[in-house]
Amino acid sequence: MFGRNSNIMTTALFAGGLFTSAAYAADIKPAIIYDLGHKFDASFNEGVFHGAEKFKKDSGVDYRDLEIQNDAEREQDLRKFAKAGYSPIMTVGFSWATALGKVADEFPNTKFAIIDADVDKPNVQSIKFKEQEGSFLVGVIAAKTSKTGKVGFVGGMDIPLISAFGCGYAQGVKYVNDKDEVFANMTGTDFHAWTDPVKGGELAKSQMDRGADIVYAAAGATGQGVLKAAADAGKLGIGVDSDQDNLFPGKVLTSMLKHVDVATYKSFMDAKNGTWKPGLLLLGLKEGGVDYATDEWNKSVLTPEAKAAADAAKADIISGKIQVHDFRTDNKCPV
Amino acid sequence: MSSPLKPLPAWADVALIPLINVAAAFVISGFVVLAIGENPLEAVQILITGALGDLEGIGFTLYYATSFIFTGLAVAICFHAGLFNIGVEGQAYIAGLGAALAALYLGFLPGYSLVVVAIAAAALFGAAFAAIPGYLQAKRDSHIVITTIMFNYIASALMGYLLVDVLRVPGQMNAETPGFSKYAAVPQFHELLAPLGIQWPVTPFNLSFLLALAAALAVWLLIWRTRLGYEVRTVGANATAAIYGGISPSRITIITTLLSGALAGGLAVNVILGQEHRLILEFTGGFGFVGIAVALMGRAHPVGIILAAILFGVLYQGGDELAFDKPKISRDMIVVIQGLVVLFAGALEHMFRRPVSVLLARRTTQPPI
Repeated sequence: MFGRNSNIMTTALFAGGLFTSAAYAADIKPAIIYDLGHKFDASFNEGVFHGAEKFKKDSGVDYRDLEIQNDAEREQDLRKFAKAGYSPIMTVGFSWATALGKVADEFPNTKFAIIDADVDKPNVQSIKFKEQEGSFLVGVIAAKTSKTGKVGFVGGMDIPLISAFGCGYAQGVKYVNDKDEVFANMTGTDFHAWTDPVKGGELAKSQMDRGADIVYAAAGATGQGVLKAAADAGKLGIGVDSDQDNLFPGKVLTSMLKHVDVATYKSFMDAKNGTWKPGLLLLGLKEGGVDYATDEWNKSVLTPEAKAAADAAKADIISGKIQVHDFRTDNKCPV
Repeated sequence: MSSPLKPLPAWADVALIPLINVAAAFVISGFVVLAIGENPLEAVQILITGALGDLEGIGFTLYYATSFIFTGLAVAICFHAGLFNIGVEGQAYIAGLGAALAALYLGFLPGYSLVVVAIAAAALFGAAFAAIPGYLQAKRDSHIVITTIMFNYIASALMGYLLVDVLRVPGQMNAETPGFSKYAAVPQFHELLAPLGIQWPVTPFNLSFLLALAAALAVWLLIWRTRLGYEVRTVGANATAAIYGGISPSRITIITTLLSGALAGGLAVNVILGQEHRLILEFTGGFGFVGIAVALMGRAHPVGIILAAILFGVLYQGGDELAFDKPKISRDMIVVIQGLVVLFAGALEHMFRRPVSVLLARRTTQPPI
């Protein structure tokens, strides 16, 4: 008897809760769906999570998030969120492009967003980054810091996106010193390439055996193996996406920041304030979408000279004096 | 007590024991759900209604079940010959390549003959990829467990290379082929039923399901109603004795692995031709490995496999609903529940067998008082 009564009570409370939230009609119901892989990857997905957490703290609006388990769930979960009235719905990663292209048409009044891909629909915000510009800066820093004139790059999965990181980095290195050598390796061709720190470490070691004294990792969780190998060998690593300088303090030269957290925060905030716009958002140095990290953990290794060179290059890229080539435009790297 | 127990009656063997096993798995899962502060009864309710409560849920459940029937049959047919094919995942992956190549490059074929050819190509590619470990087992005595595990990695690397460097649409970030024409698609039920005036929600549930049921019937006929099936079972029971019976174990090994690979191709038919309509990276998503659990649970019998496949379909689809409705119950929780079902249904399969048979034997042998 009591059980039944308390059930009714809960239902009543729940309905009350629904009612109150409906009273603040201006409030939005944001949602995030992560890519296959992990929400807490200390890198890309986790950046989105931090952006959403900050939004929750600042605005007081809660959000839902979900991890998927297989590809068939992509459309299914997008539809479920859209049907339940969630908007904007943030999809994390380019793998969502096809599913989102289909579902966005079915829910014209729902706001969708996607990171790292371009979905041309009137209710989709496509957020892309100029990774090559941020990578150029860490390339400049690497060339200014390297004593051997040889630096390494370890990418995750062999896709144009990651080649754009590597190509921007190489351009930065050559910008400082044309004779410097860049060793570039990709970890693999499938999704495991993002989660293989052992192989990442091996690739970094082989590059260091050939004389590299700085290794830049753009490889998701694989990158942690790269940074560890560099730290163990007494060399320097460069982190990616989130600020990874604190993983091995004093052993990580800097991190190429890709501000998915800022982008997520801004997308949700805009939706809340009624200023959300669909279309392509291309975030580079100028827009604050990418940058390099300076903090308490890398101040011992990041020399003022390297920092000055990076800041000068940054100003030149923003003014347009330096054009950083984007690998994705022609699948070629000029250097 | 040490005297051998009488074999269980058939109904207890195929229905009662699996039911007890699944119930035990759910009870243990209930404690785990309780430990993270959710109501287990509510969780079960969401899981069941999410999977079977409406047509959409049923559609997804049967879509997953279709994949599991194929992979379960692929593993089971090898069980009968005493072989343990762990490579269903890789064979299905390569089968997807066959289906995609046919769908993309044989577009000149008239109408829906294209999808028929694409299905045949999937079976052919799956069988061809299974043929190599089969041959190595039959002629070189390389253990099929080891070779098929390694072949999964070969499949993964090969497909990664092809999708990234060869088949990808230029300038596209996603490692996937262009979309297929509509004649290369296995029709989905909501499309088929719409002209008849029946509203079926949009789900990936497609005609491959009927193909899977037909495959189950074919496997049953083959194993228990043909001379070849008799030979397969004989080799599985005792390969040395089979030789004295005039049966060549190496021939049976090769034939069985070929059939197994072709059945694995059904996973590619369901996912690639039935739902994605393009070849994507890692579409197999571990379904090939789950096939091992399905075959174990279904006791390598097609009827058992269909039932086990539906149960796993319920767990997949219901699990997705559960994770959606209860943010506290994460994806990993669903994997725990699935793992417990596998543990009780597969590994601990005999735990309840003895008590049940003792109980049943006592009931039938004791005179009524």
